[in-house]
Amino acid sequence: MEKAEVYSKLTAVFQDVFDEDDLTLTPHTTADDVDGWDSLSHIRLVLAVSKAFGVKFSASEIGGLKNVGEFADLIEKKA
Amino acid sequence: MLPKKGTAVSAELYRELAWLPKPPSDFSIRCKELANGSGGAVGKKIRALATHALDEQQLSRLGRTIRSLQLGGVSLAPLAPFRLGLIGNGTLDLIVPVLVGTAARHGIALECITGAYDQFLQDALQPDSLLNKARPDAVLLALDHRGLSLQICPGNEQLATEAVDAAIGLLDSIRASISRNSGALCILQTLAAPPEALFGSFDRALAGTSRNLVDRVNQKISQAVLQSTDMLLDVAGIAETVGLADWHSPAQWNLAKLPFADALVPLYAEHVARIIGAMRGKSRRVLVLDLDNTVWGGVIGDDGMEGIQIAQGDATGEAHLAVQQLALTLRARGIVLAVSSKNTDSIARRPFKEHPDMLLKEEHVAVFQANWNDKATNIRAIAKELALGLDSFVFLDDNPVERGLIRQEIPEVAVPELETDPASYARTLAAAGYFEAINFSEEDRARAEMYQANARRLSLQGQATDLKSYLRSLEMRIVFGPFDRTTRARVTQLINKSNQFNLTTRRYTESQVEQLEADDSVMTLHARLIDKFGDNGIICVIICSATRNDTWTIDSWLMSCRVLGRCVEQAVLAEIVLRARAAGITTLEGIYLPTDRNEMVREHYGKLGFTRLDDGTDGSSRWQLRTDVELEDLPMTVQREEKQFEPA
Repeated sequence: MEKAEVYSKLTAVFQDVFDEDDLTLTPHTTADDVDGWDSLSHIRLVLAVSKAFGVKFSASEIGGLKNVGEFADLIEKKA
Repeated sequence: MLPKKGTAVSAELYRELAWLPKPPSDFSIRCKELANGSGGAVGKKIRALATHALDEQQLSRLGRTIRSLQLGGVSLAPLAPFRLGLIGNGTLDLIVPVLVGTAARHGIALECITGAYDQFLQDALQPDSLLNKARPDAVLLALDHRGLSLQICPGNEQLATEAVDAAIGLLDSIRASISRNSGALCILQTLAAPPEALFGSFDRALAGTSRNLVDRVNQKISQAVLQSTDMLLDVAGIAETVGLADWHSPAQWNLAKLPFADALVPLYAEHVARIIGAMRGKSRRVLVLDLDNTVWGGVIGDDGMEGIQIAQGDATGEAHLAVQQLALTLRARGIVLAVSSKNTDSIARRPFKEHPDMLLKEEHVAVFQANWNDKATNIRAIAKELALGLDSFVFLDDNPVERGLIRQEIPEVAVPELETDPASYARTLAAAGYFEAINFSEEDRARAEMYQANARRLSLQGQATDLKSYLRSLEMRIVFGPFDRTTRARVTQLINKSNQFNLTTRRYTESQVEQLEADDSVMTLHARLIDKFGDNGIICVIICSATRNDTWTIDSWLMSCRVLGRCVEQAVLAEIVLRARAAGITTLEGIYLPTDRNEMVREHYGKLGFTRLDDGTDGSSRWQLRTDVELEDLPMTVQREEKQFEPA
């Protein structure tokens, strides 16, 4: 899957999970940049991404992520 | 034969809540509109939106929308408020918004109070805990095998007994504390056994294995419920239905301590909401059955007693018998049965009276409405007669058009989606859980009898439902063409099979039909109807012969009863008139020849604006219409197969 496609799909998932239509993503986006990105919505996010892209993540893969860029790289590798 | 796409009678029926219609494509827009609280009637709109096969993300979204409306003090009436305490082990916070969204489907405005993560004992035991102070109406004890700390001890009966007693003791003390500290009832969960076996099949028999401990705990939980006013949520049963391997997700447990797979939260929430709905008297009490292709296979008016499929040993017949069997067992536990069928009353009752394979008899049916009025009008009449609210009704019908009509006209009535294969009907109706009950008494058993099931027939009063807007929403397209090689077989079949909507019941062989095609003095016409649910195929056959220079006599007019009440008659008449005008014909003549089956079309021509010429002693009649009549506006688009005929 192309990186641009990953970002466009990922942005839609973020917008849905955080109920925020104007939300945009960059590779440097972290939890601090998004309102309401707490540990619970983080789980919702991972589950929603997993469903949207049809991929599964292990706990260690998710635990090691530093920002949206790394998340997108991981998805690109799997999808 | 290839398997039909989307046949959902296995685990996906339950996982995807497939008895509910698919979610609208503008789901998120509708959520946003609700959040803005615009337009009023918010409670009704929420319930309508919740009554779709929403997935966990959509339900979560809807639940969060409801929560924000509740916090904003918006009235959610007619949804009934309910406070549910939720304690247990693992991450339960993700379940909460899904529960709130699902409860709306059952007429409940749910508010959830959760305790701190894995602090369920403190939540229950401390009188001033957040949970107890909130005075919940009920508390759901969402504990699984991990939460009850069942330590396996293979082969050690004594330790096994102690482990089971300890687990039940823990549950008992939680229940007693909640009752003392908040006065709430508890909903107890059975445990879903983890699929990992230690020895293999022997696990079930050997004391102290995980499977053995779970079985024994579940047995005791069931007994505890019977001996108290607490309620049961049979998680073990739900998980077994969809499969334990799907229920338990090791990855999601590791990732986020989800007690079971997130894809199954909608099903879990649906079961919780059914119990809450049952506590608040929201369970359904009446089952309204369609007859043709629902209670039996085929169309009684056309196929006759010998033609309908209802016998044991016939695959289709057995599928419909399963529907009858389920209806009867529901009746035995107090569900009232009614019939709504588009049929002539005497014809529809005949199988109930005379067919040896019918399980359902007239005495099982409280109200029996077989007529040609729309079903919304009939269901309203049944509700009035039984003095029961429309929100206690379930309507089972194989026809998507009838289902769509009831959903639009009477949204309070529950209408399960059905696959085309009748083998799925009984299972789908049962899976929908409309008749959830939290206990069962002698009064329940006798309730159906109390409604004096004597197959009453009600006369319909007042205005029929205004159908025009619904008909427009069906996106109907009618396609006309003359008989030809490709349609000849189906046309001949209809000519020889149609009994009810058939003005003259004249039968022609295929070679006679072929001769008609070639005859210049004859106008042949067939009509095909397509709507948003699919292609109904050829549903109307017309034969007109020129009996004078300026006159066509309608030799045959027959239609499939499946498309009645959809303005097809008007569309067909308009087409005949246009073609007559183009041929220089000024007068149409209609004939009605009575048989013991076609009473329903006795006044057909009168209803279409024809003038009665005379009546025969045999009950026949002749009618006339000038072709310069003004034609009605039709709720469908019209197409023609032949290019050369395009009326101005």
